[in-house]
Amino acid sequence: MTTRTTDGTSDDAGPTGARTDFALDEAPSDFRSSVGQSLARMRGGDLGPLPALLAIAVLTTIFGLANPDSFLTALNLANFLEQASSVIVIAMAVSFALLLGEIDLAAGFTAGVSAAVLATRLEEWSLLPSALTAAAVAVALGLFTGFMVARVGIPSFVVTLANVLLFQGILLLLVREGGSVRIENGVVKDLVGSNLTPAASWVFVAGAIGLYGATLVRLRRASGGSGPLALLVLRLSLVTAGAIAVTFILNRNRAFPNAPAPIRGLPIVIPVVLALVVLLNLLLNRTRFGRHMYAVGGNAEAARRAGIDVARIRLAAFTLCGLMAGIGGAFLASRVNSVDPNTGANDTLLLAVGAAVIGGTSLFGGRGRMLNAVLGGFVLALIPNGLTLVGKRILPILGEIDFSSSGVKFICAGAALLIASSVDALSRRPGV
Amino acid sequence: MTESTPLFEAVGINKTFGSVHVLHDVDFAVYPGTVTALIGDNGAGKSTLVKTMAGIHPPDSGSFRFDGSVVDIDGPRDAAALGIEVVYQDLALCENLDVVQNLYLGRELTVRGMLDERSMERAARETLASLGVRTLQSVRQLVQALSGGQRQTVAIAKAVLWNSHVVILDEPTAALGVAQTEHVLALVRRLAETGLGVVLISHNMVDVLQVADRISPMYLGRIVADLPVTPDTTTEQLVELITSGRSNGTEHGEVVR
Ligand SMILES: Nc1ncnc2c1ncn2[C@@H]1O[C@H](COP(=O)(O)OP(=O)(O)OP(=O)(O)O)[C@@H](O)[C@H]1O
Ligand SMILES: [Mg+2]
Repeated sequence: MTTRTTDGTSDDAGPTGARTDFALDEAPSDFRSSVGQSLARMRGGDLGPLPALLAIAVLTTIFGLANPDSFLTALNLANFLEQASSVIVIAMAVSFALLLGEIDLAAGFTAGVSAAVLATRLEEWSLLPSALTAAAVAVALGLFTGFMVARVGIPSFVVTLANVLLFQGILLLLVREGGSVRIENGVVKDLVGSNLTPAASWVFVAGAIGLYGATLVRLRRASGGSGPLALLVLRLSLVTAGAIAVTFILNRNRAFPNAPAPIRGLPIVIPVVLALVVLLNLLLNRTRFGRHMYAVGGNAEAARRAGIDVARIRLAAFTLCGLMAGIGGAFLASRVNSVDPNTGANDTLLLAVGAAVIGGTSLFGGRGRMLNAVLGGFVLALIPNGLTLVGKRILPILGEIDFSSSGVKFICAGAALLIASSVDALSRRPGV
Repeated sequence: MTESTPLFEAVGINKTFGSVHVLHDVDFAVYPGTVTALIGDNGAGKSTLVKTMAGIHPPDSGSFRFDGSVVDIDGPRDAAALGIEVVYQDLALCENLDVVQNLYLGRELTVRGMLDERSMERAARETLASLGVRTLQSVRQLVQALSGGQRQTVAIAKAVLWNSHVVILDEPTAALGVAQTEHVLALVRRLAETGLGVVLISHNMVDVLQVADRISPMYLGRIVADLPVTPDTTTEQLVELITSGRSNGTEHGEVVR
């Protein structure tokens, strides 16, 4: 493939000549103009993960003040991370649909069915064939949805609404009404609930920070090496400090005083979720497939005219959505070490969609990242976690309120989702 | 006006949509280094003719010739392979992507399976610079932040970024203000000067007379003339051709059908 130089006389100008036409095109070289550029982008409507970060800070402060001795503890931190993990993974699944401007209302039940397949297969088979079968089923369900949407042409809202019933039915047939399948396999049980050893935790954190630093440097090189070094150092040191602090806290024994065995180390969900985020990020931002996903989500007609096979992208997106939902199912099953007809049911899907949107992924397609699912998942996991610890309180005027009740939790999660989608809708309105 | 052989030619094109006969035996030629204006009233069939040439609506009958030899255009890929690029009335850019990403959409450069952002960015800058584009702040700006004229520029750059030979612009200045229209028209001229065969669809006769070398007026699905632009060509004459299919003042060696 060759690019044409349409003007013979531009040759003498060369690449440097081309550069002078874009005086402001260089990455800003100092800290202040770099911050200024970020602010300009936000005014342009792209708030990114900022609202979610703000919400996390606010919620942590409120709950920390309300429960000084139970919220900000190592035990609750680990507990919180494990609660958030399944929401986050299913939110990543749903993100694939959202990026196209589509929706998957049945992602929760895809998770449930896949978990049920995993649990029932483990009763007879070993881990590897069981896990592969569960993954294959999740992929098949995603392919089915994708086929109905992309090839048959039914709106995803309708297809996945039907799928809610279909998949729920399959789940009921697999585990039988009122029944439940216990999971005995050690690896699956360990996924959510076990920890790395303290030594392994440090090794992991050191490796992750090293990788992050290397990526920042590579990105800076790729942009011509002109980004502000101060910003890079600041980001890297903030992340390093945070990671070291969390590891330090979680590596100390967090079991109750008279517990039989100590609990220490990073929960295994941390490296697993992080690996998934990094992998999917790479897929979305560094491959043609990822670029085409954003293009189809932004303007399907433009993508079609650019020669992109829009139907194939939709099919692939729903397939990936199914696979990720299946992985989310393993998280759900591992958390309670069993699968029953409610696995992936109830508010699972709402929380997943909510997490993606609160994190800054647009419901209108074309805008979002995998990291958003993580941040939004934190927000939605913080709410019930913190409210449970707050418990019953007597407030002025309102009287006694039980903050740990499902009613209050639902109202708070719903309010958070409404606020997030308002931000999404308003930021898309020109001139706001 | 040198009478070179056409770079691209549509011969005897017919196209019907259901019972509506939209194109009648249309002959249309594009010459290298020349701006050919395709003019005509609303519904005359200009966009439809363009779409047959772009492989979007294959014609019912008729043939295409590229560099003198007959070619098949069966689908947009065939047209792209011949180097025929269309900038549509509705630009078809992805607003959520930046300029570079839009320019390379569908034809991204990769290194070992990963996007080669650096090469794409450099080549995008060079192409825009070679087109004399100076109004873009950054090639990494999202398209949603660009003005109408800037978007048109990006769409045109996208069409010439590849080894294109024929660039067809469907009403590129329809939604633009005075200054931006001037800018885009200068860009259209520049494309022809680099040797491309340029087709300009426009309703603005003043613009057409300003940049076109040849004019093909359409009337009810037929090309009614093929006239070179001379200092004597007048707006009234063109308006008469597209509103009645005839003109009294057509004595400049044109072919009137
Ligand atoms: N896909 C289609 N199906 C049916 N009829 C069509 C289709 N496309 C165009 N037509 C008809 O063909 C005729 C010519 O349309 P076309 O869009 O080519 O006109 P045009 O010259 O580009 O007009 P304008 O200046 O308004 O863009 C119109 O009567 C239109 O209704
Ligand atoms: Mg038209």
